[in-house]
Parts: sequence; structure tokens; C-alpha cells
Amino acid sequence: MKHWSWVAALALLPGLACAQKTAADSIAEYRALLADGNPAELFEAKGEDLWKAKRGPKNASLERCDLGQGAGVVKGAFVRLPRWFADTQRVQDLESRLLTCMSTLQGLDAEAIAKTPFGKGEQANMEALVAWISAESRGQRMQLPQVHAAEQRMYELGKRAFFFRGGPMDFSCASCHGEDGKRIRLQDLPNLTKNPGDGVGFAAWPAYRVSSGELWGMQRRLNDCYRQQRFPYPGYASEVTIALAVYMGVNAKGAESIAPAIKR
Amino acid sequence: MADPMRIRAQAAGDKATVRVLMAHEMESGQRKDAAGKTIPAWYINEVSAALNGKVVLTAEWGPSVSKNPFLQFVIKGAKAGDKVQVSWTDNKGDKRSDEATVS
Amino acid sequence: MNKRFVWAAVAALALGAAGCASLPGQPTPAELDAQALAMLKASFRDEGIATTKRLEQDLGQQACSAESAPPEGVAKRVEAEALASIKWPAGGQYLGDWREGEKLAQNGRGMTWTDKSAAPAANGANCYNCHQISKEEVSFGTIGPSLYNYGKIRGVKDPADPASAAIVQYTWGKLWNSKAYNACSNMPRFGHAGLLNEEQLRHVMALILDPRSPVNQ
Repeated sequence: MKHWSWVAALALLPGLACAQKTAADSIAEYRALLADGNPAELFEAKGEDLWKAKRGPKNASLERCDLGQGAGVVKGAFVRLPRWFADTQRVQDLESRLLTCMSTLQGLDAEAIAKTPFGKGEQANMEALVAWISAESRGQRMQLPQVHAAEQRMYELGKRAFFFRGGPMDFSCASCHGEDGKRIRLQDLPNLTKNPGDGVGFAAWPAYRVSSGELWGMQRRLNDCYRQQRFPYPGYASEVTIALAVYMGVNAKGAESIAPAIKR
Repeated sequence: MADPMRIRAQAAGDKATVRVLMAHEMESGQRKDAAGKTIPAWYINEVSAALNGKVVLTAEWGPSVSKNPFLQFVIKGAKAGDKVQVSWTDNKGDKRSDEATVS
Repeated sequence: MNKRFVWAAVAALALGAAGCASLPGQPTPAELDAQALAMLKASFRDEGIATTKRLEQDLGQQACSAESAPPEGVAKRVEAEALASIKWPAGGQYLGDWREGEKLAQNGRGMTWTDKSAAPAANGANCYNCHQISKEEVSFGTIGPSLYNYGKIRGVKDPADPASAAIVQYTWGKLWNSKAYNACSNMPRFGHAGLLNEEQLRHVMALILDPRSPVNQ
């Protein structure tokens, strides 16, 4: 029972007074308790229905959407994104690609969806879609293409964005994610300049966050990273978010995707 | 109408383990919104489970249960092919019932 | 603050990327640097107190925006400018109340686009996010070194004693502008960037230097 895990977690708190190893162990134990019954499943089920539902001004489903493996092919698409798409002449991540499909196939207003706050309206549908589409590639290994010149260029731009220091605290992505074995408080920080391992970092998002009861896609994850970096606001599906995803995704080559994962 | 539950029921020996995920906001009534206004309490307060129509579990829940709750229990004597029904009611009177087949 | 968006200077800093020959028709490292800046400018917008002005880098930020460290000459210049920028506390009063310092150290709030005010009074000092400080707080980060027993290890028995002056001043300088002692330090420049005011800095100083602080027991 969900609230029993909380009770169990609370019962573990007195242990925090011991060595820090114990604190880390307790947190690991708490996460293990959470792993059974990941509410991301609720989002996956909703996402599958949405994929097949006739919606929008054109009253059409997303079943002809090409996520990079051909029209309608969902399995295996997630671990190969972001990638170059000839029809849009852009490197796109899952969410920017879904915007394309929602507008071309269903007649929905991509710009309006990009401006919608996370978790509201079509953005809530987006969360469900990315939960299901990523789940369809669960257990597969990250294998982003680096064939097209634009894909290679985006990797280079993403790398520069990753190391770009700015804002009132001089932070870059690398401030937290540039070395092995670092933590913010008790939160382990994956080193995203290389493959941090199976189901860690880029290979763990989208994820369900227990603390807020929300399903976060990579766009929202990056948005919150930039908030904590004290940067200005990155546009939804903007070039910098896609470039960073290429950089992290290519670095994570071979890592097993466990998305949608569960986070504290 | 709330989103459907996800119910999985698996038989092993003379009992079946049932795992249920419910989609619900579970507002405790203690939180405030951005404007500082208290968000009204909204939570599941009754849960029941039945095996082939016979009630095997009832529970009273409150505001301390998490958002999107996960519930797991074991039914003695359940076997593959049996039907498990799970229902909840919340403090606003909203209801939801879903069924799964034991595998 | 001397902020500028000098493209040429950024391109000059891309020397570290030498050695990777670009294919014909492929952008050079310097061109990629310029494209990355243009991409950042196009991707971000103002939100609350976090405006796009925050993307304008000063020399210290520019010099430390690559995988590799800046050339020694650039690092030295960044450090010299940072050292010269340090504002020493009024009346030579370096220490405040360690209890207030602990509260500030615990507080990681401030300066995000969801924060209403950019005034130091609205900010925490974020210390525990990256450092171990007191023994009691087990929830500490490891991006920076442990500061447990900071003053004790350095032999500070009386912070007002001239024998302690060097370490007390270094600590103030490190908090005011960390780049004074390490061009590409990960630590925010709390005084220089206006994140904390003098009074708050004195409290943080007391937390790690006051012999009565639990940190030095």
C-alpha cells in the first residue's frame, strides 16, 4: 500500500542519525519500495489510448505519426531520438516530433501547445504520450544516430550549451553533471558527459516523480534544471533543449532505457 | 469521471496477489495554491474489493494516502479465470469500479 | 559589473577545441561557438526576475564555459580581476552569528524565475547543497569539499587575533568572489553577484570560523 511505504520510510529516519552510508541506504530502500507499482503505468495506458484516438480539427489519430522508424512504428523509436527528420528539415526530440504530428495529422495548434504550461490541457496529453512511447522501448539500449551532418552539429552545439556558464550563480549543466560521484544534498548526480550507466540520467526520463505526483518528460526535466541553474526560461522544444538531448543521448550510447522510471 | 485503475491479479498456489494502481489527486486539504488559498480536501475514503462478486476487502482511507495510490493484497482461494472487482468512492462522492481477470 | 557579449573573445577561447579537423562543408569549432551562442539567445525568454540578460557572460564565465580549462594567462587575469573586486567588510567586522549562518547554510532558495525578489534578503546561502558543514546535518552535497571543522583544522582559536587574519580574510574573499583563488571554481560569487549582503556573509563566516560554532567542536 502506497502510504505504507511512507510509514516505512519514516521509520527509517531515525537511522539517518548514524553514518551517511545509512542515510544513502535508507533512501535506496525507500526507492525500492516505490519501484513496485509505478504510477507511470496510469500515464502509459492513457497515452496508448490517446495515440489511437481520433482528435483535433482533422479528427484523426496519431497512428500514422513517423517517429523516425517509419509511419506508425513506435517500438524502438524512443531510444533513437532526437534524430534528423527530412520532412521538417530539423533534428527533433520526441516532444517536438509529437508537436509536428499533432499539427500535421490532427490539425492541432503546435505553437499553442508549446506555450501551454506543463501539466495543463494538451501538455497533460503530451505527458501521457511520452510515457507510453518511451515504455514501448523499455529495456532497449540508447542508440541515437550521428549520421546526418545536422545530428553531428547538434551534438557539438549541445556540448557547448552543457558547459555554458551564466546567470547569478555562474552555473552550467556541468557544474552538477560534469564529474562522477557527486551529490546535491543526498541526491546522486549522474555524470552526463559520458554514459552514466543503465537506467541512469538520460536513460531514466520520462519519469514519475513521487514528490509531486507528476509525470515529467525530458522537456520538463530540462526546464527545471534551467530553473535551478537560475537561467532564464527555455522555450518548450527550443533548439537548446534538443541540442542538450542529443549531447546527453549520444553520450549515453548503450545505456538501457528504463523510462518511464520512478523518482523520489 | 476519474481515469481507470490498473489491476493485475496473478494466481500462485491457492492464492492470488492483486496489485492495483488508482488515478486520484488525493488532496489532503493541507496544501495551499500559488495565491495562498487552501486547496480543498479531495481524497478516496472508501475502497472495496470483490472476488466473483463477493466482497473480500473493505478499507477506509483518508487524506494521508499518496496521490495515485498503489494497493496490493492477497486473496486466498482465488484461481486463474476468477474475476476481481475493485471500487473506490471519494469524499466528493465520485466513484470508480474496475475489473480484472486472475491470470 | 563589466558584462559583455563579445563574440570574438569567445571564438578566441575555443583554442582548446583545436585538433579536431572539420570536414569540408562542416562548421569549424569557432563557427560552432558562434552558432551555440545564437542558439542560446534564440531559445530563452524572460520569466519573472530571470531575464535573458543572464545569458550575457563576463570574462570569468566565458573563460570557464568549455570542457577544458582556459589558458593560464586567461585564468590569471580572471583571478586578478576577481581579487581586485572583493569588497572587504565595513569596520573590519568579519564575523556575525553562527546560528543565523546555519539558517542561511540550510536555505537553498533564491534567484530562480519562481522567486519574487532578487534582493539578498530573499536568498539562502545554499551551502549544504554542495558542502558538508556541521556533523549533525547528514543531508549534504559533495560538489565542494567538506567544511566540517573548517576553523579548527586551520588553527583559528580567536578569529580577532592577528594570527588568524590571513585565513579569515581568505575565507571572506572566497565567499565574496570565489574566482579570486580559482578562476573556474564551481562556487557562486556570493558577494560579487549580489546574492548575499555583508551581514549575511558575516553570519556564514561565523558558522565556519567561530570556535563556538558546532562546526568547530
